Amino acid sequence: MVFVVVLLTTMLLCICIGSVNIPLKNTLTAMWNTLWGLELPAGVSKNIILNVRLPRVINVALVGAALSLCGAAMQGLLRNPLADGSTLGVSSGASLGAVISLAFGVSIPGLEYAGTMIMAMLFAFLSLLLILSLAYVLDRSMSTNSIILIGVIFSMFTSSAMNLIITFADDHARSIAFWTMGSLSGTNYTQSAILLGTLLICGGIILRYARELNAFAVGEDNARHIGVNVKLVKLVILITVSVMIGVCVSISGTISFVGLVMPHMTRMIVGPNHKRLLASSMFSGAIFLLLADLVARTLLSPIELSIGVVTSLVGAVAFIIIFYRTRKAR
Amino acid sequence: MLKAENVTVRYGDHTIVDHLSFHLQEGQWLMLAGPNGAGKSTLIHAVSQGAPYTGSITLADKDIRRYKPAHLAQKIGVLAQKNNVGYSYTVEEVVGLGRYAHSRGFLAGKDDDGEARVENALALTGLTELRKSNVLTLSGGELQRTFLAQVFAQDPEILILDEPANHLDLVYQKHIFSLIHEWLKIPGRAVLSVVHDLSLAKKYGTHAVLMNNGKCVSQGNINDVLTPQNLQAVYDMDVYSWMREMLGQWE
Repeated sequence: MVFVVVLLTTMLLCICIGSVNIPLKNTLTAMWNTLWGLELPAGVSKNIILNVRLPRVINVALVGAALSLCGAAMQGLLRNPLADGSTLGVSSGASLGAVISLAFGVSIPGLEYAGTMIMAMLFAFLSLLLILSLAYVLDRSMSTNSIILIGVIFSMFTSSAMNLIITFADDHARSIAFWTMGSLSGTNYTQSAILLGTLLICGGIILRYARELNAFAVGEDNARHIGVNVKLVKLVILITVSVMIGVCVSISGTISFVGLVMPHMTRMIVGPNHKRLLASSMFSGAIFLLLADLVARTLLSPIELSIGVVTSLVGAVAFIIIFYRTRKAR
Repeated sequence: MLKAENVTVRYGDHTIVDHLSFHLQEGQWLMLAGPNGAGKSTLIHAVSQGAPYTGSITLADKDIRRYKPAHLAQKIGVLAQKNNVGYSYTVEEVVGLGRYAHSRGFLAGKDDDGEARVENALALTGLTELRKSNVLTLSGGELQRTFLAQVFAQDPEILILDEPANHLDLVYQKHIFSLIHEWLKIPGRAVLSVVHDLSLAKKYGTHAVLMNNGKCVSQGNINDVLTPQNLQAVYDMDVYSWMREMLGQWE
């Protein structure tokens, strides 16, 4: 309940504050009147609130929630507090797909940005297929260690491939660099619908597996001993996380540290039980990314920073503090 | 109840368990004994579906690999040798996971006696006071008791124990072995365990399989297996004299 109130307050705050500050009353009036089809009073800017800020805020919240949920699920599944959606390598795979699309101008006529989005999702899926196949060939039981190892190696490979493409794509280097650092400026309601649909379906699946994630977090062998179908659960969670990461990366670019830090911080508040942790992580991830986006928009206004730059800076510092305090407490 | 025939476990070119067979029947406490590296834990790992094997393992005449994981967990409970919990769960939460197989999924219905079984398991293992404790702060013995309580909560027909006395002081060794002994008295139950302490094996075991280098050296009633000759052959020392010498210290 506290998370819901804080999230809604943060969303309102993020709609009001920006290069042009809008009074809270005007923001609420614009949203209320539009919702019920009423005329807007003079002086209330519908365009900024409803066409620029609101879709952006909704998308930032949805991406934050999805990335944080992926991180919480991966940290439980792999029993590793340093895991997140990118540990699997799918995030890098999706980025490679998007970079290829931007560098070579892959596009679908009539659908702006759809080329990048589809390439990112396609590469996310292909990456998952490749990583799981390699893990299976290496070790038939698809152990967690094999998956992490292959994921890390795959990320290094895609990173090199991206650098190679950027070297030969001078004309697009700036847009690629901006995209790889993450941004949600200019996103629209269609993307909100895609993100919401993905989060409802994939998030529902992951929440359904809260008990199994608890079992994995206690230990994979123990999970098998108490009757969890470890192979099936692992596959379902990995595929679901990949879909969410693929969709998020295709819309927002790569945004690091949300999936790593937020589940970690949330676990310190609500404990490790995934029945509480998963939902709480979604809210905390959304709130964190909203605030990061607010800083990115306003800190050096009118220059806009990439959201990934803010999350990495704040996330890295927060992570060091958490790590230091955890070690000290022991 | 549980039958293993010609079970072989290989890791690469190494054969860890070599064509081993045993038959665990109702009311038996079958002790797997033998020196380090004999393949005891690997055999248990194979039986609990944690290691690939050739040969056959059947439970109630049905191939164990054909059981669904949750169904198998209702029949067989496993206490592993090492348990390292990843996050700061409470004792109660870890023990409660033992009920997973009985209350899995939307269609499984409510686990009516689940809470009572968790309570009972906590009480039996002396963990009621520690139920809200963070498992990361427990001693090795307390953690071992937590996982034993989880297995009790799981309420299986067969207990598989890999070194259950690990990390336990003498008081809890006696307590836990007596508990398992009592648990076994209920009809339809059996225990398969690895033990290094041959005195515990002789006191509580009904039957034994003596292993060396992955092979079965002898099997049958506990007193027919743990003989001076068999132990001399496997441990390459006079185990009986050593035991007497050790006990003599207390006289």
